[in-house]
Amino acid sequence: METVHYDSIIIGAGPAGLTAGVYLARAKAKTLILDSGVAGGQMILTHEIANYPGIESISGYALSNNMRNQAKKFGCDMLSGVSITQIDFESEIKSLSLSNGKSFSADTIILATGGRSRTLGVPGEANFKGRGISYCATCDGDFFQDKEIAVVGGGNTALEEAVSLTKYASKVTLIHQFDHFQGFKHAEDEARSNEKIHINLNSRIVSFNGEDKLTSITVENLLTHEQYDIGLDGVFIFIGYEANTDFLQGRCIHLNERQEIVTDNKLQTNVPGVFAAGDALAKRFRQITTAVSDGTIAALNAMEYINQKKQKEAAHQ
Amino acid sequence: MVLPTPLKHVETADHLNKIISENENVMVCCGRMGPMCIPVYGIMEELQEEYKHVDFRDMLFDSPEAHIIRNLPECSSFMGLPFTVYYKNGKVVAATSSIQNRDQITSILDKEFGK
Ligand SMILES: Cc1cc2nc3c(=O)[nH]c(=O)nc-3n(C[C@H](O)[C@H](O)[C@H](O)COP(=O)(O)OP(=O)(O)OC[C@H]3O[C@@H](n4cnc5c(N)ncnc54)[C@H](O)[C@@H]3O)c2cc1C
Repeated sequence: METVHYDSIIIGAGPAGLTAGVYLARAKAKTLILDSGVAGGQMILTHEIANYPGIESISGYALSNNMRNQAKKFGCDMLSGVSITQIDFESEIKSLSLSNGKSFSADTIILATGGRSRTLGVPGEANFKGRGISYCATCDGDFFQDKEIAVVGGGNTALEEAVSLTKYASKVTLIHQFDHFQGFKHAEDEARSNEKIHINLNSRIVSFNGEDKLTSITVENLLTHEQYDIGLDGVFIFIGYEANTDFLQGRCIHLNERQEIVTDNKLQTNVPGVFAAGDALAKRFRQITTAVSDGTIAALNAMEYINQKKQKEAAHQ
Repeated sequence: MVLPTPLKHVETADHLNKIISENENVMVCCGRMGPMCIPVYGIMEELQEEYKHVDFRDMLFDSPEAHIIRNLPECSSFMGLPFTVYYKNGKVVAATSSIQNRDQITSILDKEFGK
């Protein structure tokens, strides 16, 4: 099958990738955006966005559609639901192939693959998703009216969602692997003072049990290694986010110990012509505004790289 | 009461009965405009081109008419939105609870309805 060449291929159509696409396509660079899911990234998981400057309040769905349409309007090609099976980013002309057999090459790559909710990776977790295990309190909380549930995690999200789930559940067991919480003091105080919340520190779930739906969990006390079962109807898991860089692991791109992409201040990785933007970067703050900013910087530097490459090629001819 | 998505909607229980009696292959995603549901609507929107032999629909979970999905025996153990139900010749052939990715959805579509 024929390989189609682009000036730039952006991997990931969240706010970072879509912004990079807007800047590159506006600068007349031939640009392709690839996404393994649907355009919008984590914005689609957000009910209401109230901190995007210039827009008082907007749903994540609407902002995603606006950004996608804007990138398309400026001329970006876009493919969603794709799976990248092969990459070669080290050569001067970068290339990649998809599971559907299509292959593409480009002068520059922008990695904008963002992040995802961390899962526990414990036996039974995949089976009971939607049958007792949930990652979204606002979506599924009302299925647990007067039921006993557990919340896993020790950061602000886990603490806040444990409190919000007491609106529905009769009892919430908060399970955290460390001996202290990582969230803000006020969030911890609110959870600790709620009568419906029972706290199990130094503990982890070792299995999810049940037939058709979740009926119990097996918990290990990490100090004594004693294991015991808790009968319940639901478990909500809020244990943070991880970078979507699995497809880069063991390859040429430098990742840190948390598997986040390391770049210089031009947002270029250790491989010339390969840039990165958004939540997949090794950085402290992860917001739509920061992703949009990274997308802009990566695109402008990629554009400079493309122009310099074209000038060099012209000088050689 | 319908969801604000670009998909075709199911408005009432009678409407769903009509759709599944007139179409061989039907996929209905019953949910809200929430983070677990929206990605599924997005994937369905994109699959419409590829799976022209399937009628893709959504339905508002909070509509009283959604009892037709909520009370299906196939959904009795479900505790996560959206409830997605696949009908072939008027019969439920598969049902899933909570968010599903594109590969999970297409594997059901391919198995139950063919490519
Ligand atoms: C529930 C929730 C609420 C939030 N609320 C807010 C808020 O109110 N305000 C705010 O500013 N921020 C909020 N955030 C954070 C914000 O959504 C993120 O910081 C932002 O979306 C990051 O953008 P991104 O483009 O870097 O990555 P993402 O949004 O994660 O997008 C990455 C894209 O890359 C795709 N991808 C991943 N791997 C691959 C691959 N291998 N191949 C191809 N494509 C791939 C994914 O499918 C995804 O579409 C929220 C996040 C969550 C989860």
